[in-house]
Amino acid sequence: MPQDIKLRVINIEKSFPGVKALDKVNFSVKKGTVHVLCGENGAGKSTLMKIINGIYKPDAGKILIDEKEVEIRNPIQARQLGISMIFQELNYIPEQTIAESLCVGRWPTTKFGKVNWREIKKRTVELLKAEGLNYDPDTRLKELTVSDVQILEIMKAISYKSDIIIMDEPTSAITLKEVDALFKKINELKSRGVSIIYISHKMEEIFRIADEITVFRDGTVVDSRPVKDYDMKTIIAQMVGRKLDDNFPKEKVEIGDKVLEVAGLTGDGFKDVSFHVREGEIVGFAGLMGAGRTEVMRSLFGLDKFESGEVMIRGEKVEIKNVKSSIRKKMVMLSEDRRRYGIVPIRSVRENVSLSNLKRFIFNGRLHVKLENKTVGDYCARMNVKTPTLDTTVDALSGGNQQKVVLAKWMLTDPDVLILDEATRGIDVGAKYEIYKLMTDLVKQKKALVMVSSELPELIGMCDRIYVMSRGHITGELSREGFTQENIMTLATAQK
Amino acid sequence: MKTRMIWDKIKSKYSIYIVLVVMFFICWLANANFVSIENLSNISRQISVGTILAFGETILIIAGMLDLSSASVLAFSGVLSVSSYLASGSLLLAFFVGVAVSVVCNIITAIIVTRYNVPTFIATLSMMAMARGAALLYTNGQNIYQIGDYVEFGQGYVLGIPTPVIFLAATLAVTWYLLKHTVFGRSIYAIGGNEEAAIASGINVKGNKMLAYIINGIFVGVAGVLFMSRNNVGLPNGAVGYEFTALTAAVIGGTSMSGGIGTAAGTVAGAFIVGFLDNIMVLSGVNSYLQEIVRGGIITLAVGYDIYAKTRRTKRKLGKINA
Repeated sequence: MPQDIKLRVINIEKSFPGVKALDKVNFSVKKGTVHVLCGENGAGKSTLMKIINGIYKPDAGKILIDEKEVEIRNPIQARQLGISMIFQELNYIPEQTIAESLCVGRWPTTKFGKVNWREIKKRTVELLKAEGLNYDPDTRLKELTVSDVQILEIMKAISYKSDIIIMDEPTSAITLKEVDALFKKINELKSRGVSIIYISHKMEEIFRIADEITVFRDGTVVDSRPVKDYDMKTIIAQMVGRKLDDNFPKEKVEIGDKVLEVAGLTGDGFKDVSFHVREGEIVGFAGLMGAGRTEVMRSLFGLDKFESGEVMIRGEKVEIKNVKSSIRKKMVMLSEDRRRYGIVPIRSVRENVSLSNLKRFIFNGRLHVKLENKTVGDYCARMNVKTPTLDTTVDALSGGNQQKVVLAKWMLTDPDVLILDEATRGIDVGAKYEIYKLMTDLVKQKKALVMVSSELPELIGMCDRIYVMSRGHITGELSREGFTQENIMTLATAQK
Repeated sequence: MKTRMIWDKIKSKYSIYIVLVVMFFICWLANANFVSIENLSNISRQISVGTILAFGETILIIAGMLDLSSASVLAFSGVLSVSSYLASGSLLLAFFVGVAVSVVCNIITAIIVTRYNVPTFIATLSMMAMARGAALLYTNGQNIYQIGDYVEFGQGYVLGIPTPVIFLAATLAVTWYLLKHTVFGRSIYAIGGNEEAAIASGINVKGNKMLAYIINGIFVGVAGVLFMSRNNVGLPNGAVGYEFTALTAAVIGGTSMSGGIGTAAGTVAGAFIVGFLDNIMVLSGVNSYLQEIVRGGIITLAVGYDIYAKTRRTKRKLGKINA
């Protein structure tokens, strides 16, 4: 079935000092289709999207819209050409109302130059009605969920009459139900003839939504085909350039004594939570968003207070006053929000890694930088952190490498219990695999791991036992034989 | 391409020192008297008080805080120091009184900031008014004259080096060491860089903030003693605007107002840039009102160049990463 090509890029090249980011990239998007881009971080997807959106200028090559060559110098021009981009990390002003947000930058004015609020509200109501959304235009954005804001972003794009919408990992922060709503919207846009370029790392959703798939690796297009010609293994193999025999490097490890025991933990958002973790064990926590998993872990780690309950480490009752006391008891947590709680982005890899155990490098009151360099270098090598130097700032690294920096930081404290809250969120397949491998290595060293995740396949692939939470309670415990997506989802939606 | 990258790196990392060196030579060309031991030692003495305050500001700004009260606290602790010398005749006691008063003021600020979460801008703005008021109240608004040997602090020499320069070097060394080689230094970089991550990494945020203010207090106290002594009079109304001189030096020296970035050496460079500029304008007989305008303009110019050099490098770097 011949379809019109909406957007076509020909032989696009882009270099940054020392790196060829894009090398003769050819790629085209058909009208009214969803075109998914896959590739590890650093494969060139983002660079290409930024070129299409006018943020970067290509060194060579052509961009054609409706088979006519165009030059895109900046995002405003891109928008005039009908291109909108919805960024992964939504930037919005929490105090803005829906009406203000939708009309940003093109406020209608009266003839005295005063912003015409009545007109804005009228337009917003029309827009909302046209999209069948039930919001009050005066609602402030901070009262909305992430997915609501996302839908508004999409509406904004539509209201600009965009017919090419780029979405960069739009589902990384929303719940399954909201994903359904988003996909419905995408299908609707498709039927209106809008072309969608969709960047994602999540295989399940790629197969649900894609019409065509293009795989990037090292700045080139590896392959581009309709979705029916693809399966998951093929995509992964093309992305990483090697075959992953097994998605999860789970190994049989001898399970030892109980390391962590939690009894009747009660706090804000969870009630009467009891569980235990043994040496060499990976214990999963499954549940829907808002089930209270993160809250439990934060309290356990000393970031938030809990009301009652007991925590025992190696049979000894411990008092968790703050993070420092947990670290001292050899329990650490990798937080779900890496940028917020994990890294100090403007400081170097070295400083980030040594942050939680600086005492180790103090001799006679002096911080021994040489020793620090050596030790941090060792841990980074062990965690396979890819960084030009140890003095590189962490914000210059990819998400996966940032996560490995956080892991290296915690490993430096030599923990017995490691809580991983969404450790693989927002990082590419290759880095995910490396983190799974590290987890396996850790349990082999008799560490006890707690793995909180919203991705069932990785829980099922990696864990020895899984606790399922729903509305602040543990609703069930499953051992490996009982691991199925159905079992977990049943418990996760159960009421107690 | 490779040499260009190296050059870029040098420019972004050492841009402020390049500015300093270039300025030095421009001043030299502009006025032959500029480069003489006498004049350079004069500049060092002139900038000493402001620069010692600037070290305190640097530490606070790195930790994501600020002190607008430093000049007022300087005046308050300074006059108390002077009068305690006149009462006791002990220089040592006078020195400790000055430092102690300043430290107490800073501890009060720190408690307000850490316990009640008042923004540092507000807390120190209020301390600025209170300390100045206290200085004037204590002296009844009168200057304290005839302070005798108290001038030794600021006008003496040790081994031929003017005492203010020795104080300057000592506080520089302390600041450098604290920032570079202590857990405290690392902690405040992390706190200013991302406070929530610092907490989640087990850093004692409140304790380190308190410590930052105490160290600032010590520096302000030392600066107070030096200031009164150099002026040979207890001035309750003195040093007005010095907090901005200090902030200027820190910011020109590359300390980021958003926290987490800054060095002791950068701040010294910043202080000398301002010092050179002031000096050359005086030597060249520039109109004093014009001097104000130039001094204001140079802040934007120096910081602007610094940001320009850094963003250029960051852009290239980012390009590489997103590639």
